[in-house]
Amino acid sequence: MSEWWTYRLTSFLLFSPSTYYRMLERYNLAIWPAQLAGMAIGLAIVALLIGKRGHHDRIIAGLLAGCWLWIALAFHYQRYAQINWAAMWFAVAFACEALLLIVVGVLAGRLELQLARSGAPWIAASIVAISILGYPVLAPLTGRPWTSAEIFGVAADPTAITSVAVLALVRGRIRWLLLVVPVLWCAIAAATLRAMDAPESLVVLAAGLLALWPAVAGTRHHAHDATR
Amino acid sequence: MRSDEPVMWNRRRALRMLTAAGACAALRPAIAPAQQRAILTRPIPSTGEALPVVGLGSWITFNVGDDTVARDACTDVMRKFVESGGRMIDSSPMYASSQDVIGYGLRKAALTGRIFAADKVWTSSGTQGREQIERSRQKWQVGRFDLVQVHNLLNWQEHLPTLFAMKGAGQVRYVGITTSEGRRHRDVEQLMRSQAIDFVQVTYNPVDREVEQRILPLARDRGIAVIVNRPFRQGALLRALARQPLPPWAAEIECTSWAQFVLKFIVSHPAVTCAIPATTSVAHVRENMNSAYGRLPDEALRLRMIAAVERT
Repeated sequence: MSEWWTYRLTSFLLFSPSTYYRMLERYNLAIWPAQLAGMAIGLAIVALLIGKRGHHDRIIAGLLAGCWLWIALAFHYQRYAQINWAAMWFAVAFACEALLLIVVGVLAGRLELQLARSGAPWIAASIVAISILGYPVLAPLTGRPWTSAEIFGVAADPTAITSVAVLALVRGRIRWLLLVVPVLWCAIAAATLRAMDAPESLVVLAAGLLALWPAVAGTRHHAHDATR
Repeated sequence: MRSDEPVMWNRRRALRMLTAAGACAALRPAIAPAQQRAILTRPIPSTGEALPVVGLGSWITFNVGDDTVARDACTDVMRKFVESGGRMIDSSPMYASSQDVIGYGLRKAALTGRIFAADKVWTSSGTQGREQIERSRQKWQVGRFDLVQVHNLLNWQEHLPTLFAMKGAGQVRYVGITTSEGRRHRDVEQLMRSQAIDFVQVTYNPVDREVEQRILPLARDRGIAVIVNRPFRQGALLRALARQPLPPWAAEIECTSWAQFVLKFIVSHPAVTCAIPATTSVAHVRENMNSAYGRLPDEALRLRMIAAVERT
């Protein structure tokens, strides 16, 4: 891309905001009542985080993997790719994240969530709860119909935010590998929404950064321990 | 696209006659009365074929996916555009579903033989150029494209020879290059001097006037038709202008809105062949097409128009 400095965020936006939100509406209508399953999965993840047992980590990884795979196929590949050719690559990235969660979390059992650190689990639980219960409310709050609401498990943005919040709690460096796609998606989603002049861009950016904080704090905590 | 040659010949002759009328309207001072209600046209320099001075872009506006309601709305826009005398519709493989939507609308409104189909080749691979143009043609559902342009000069080194070969074989009628928002003007100039292109597409409006310095004069010298994209800066210019009332003297050139004011400014430049505003609104396409009728500003009025826009 020549003269790249002359491009703005809006230069990369291929569709109008009304087309984007119409797509969300039509997607929601087409997949109904899958949204209920998404909400149920989200609440199950919260319950599994709170009443944590040894095998819960594998279940959480499996549930998240299912959501990422669904969004890769049903949203990015089948719908979003119609108005954004880059969505084909988003579908691949989401499918890779699902595969990673299955291999690392379900098969290898290395998705070990550490909930002992003070503050971090509460931040994660709060972000997860807000993203599952609060994110859908953004549609009516920003003047859109309920039918265009984005629901955890079937919509990319709340699923990515929730995943960042959960995966930031994973013990060890493997968490950074698991966080790559969700964090990148939060950045892409925030940029897309910003280009559309949508206030939700700030929500995605703030929630994504806040959800990432336990991972960063965890790294600093371990580095501090190592120097003592 | 233009399989019916006798019809094309008749249309061409008719449009040439209209061109003469349009040119008279363009050259006459702004105070000249508009008794002629034929659509204003400009000749494509390489053939003399007349094109109405206002066309239809499809960037963003026609990218609505498989949404039937939105596709039908785009079809209404295309129908109104053609009913108002418009011909050139412009798209690109870069515009996601826009080409499919144009094909849907052309078929549904039975407009296929009545438009000037302008598309682009947009791939970094030279060997995939022909394949991409064929895919685009199938999406448009036309017999052939009237014009194929190298989008943003992407790999023009390999695409231009392909397009010239296709033109030689009668698979496309005209060849062009595009840029937008002032990018790579030096390269555009070089290609205008060195290649036998029929069209160049650039950004031009009362605010973005860099092309007036070199590219537009060069287009006249070299006999290259000029398509103007982003006439309203993707709507931002009109939103800024809307804060001010339209100057009363805009009535001298039959403008009733800022959109018409901007379009008349653009198409009154003698080097400009056609401006291609994009819209999803039938009301807006009607308003835009009204700019292709009646009086155009003379040089003195054009300067006044620039001053009026720069004051906002």
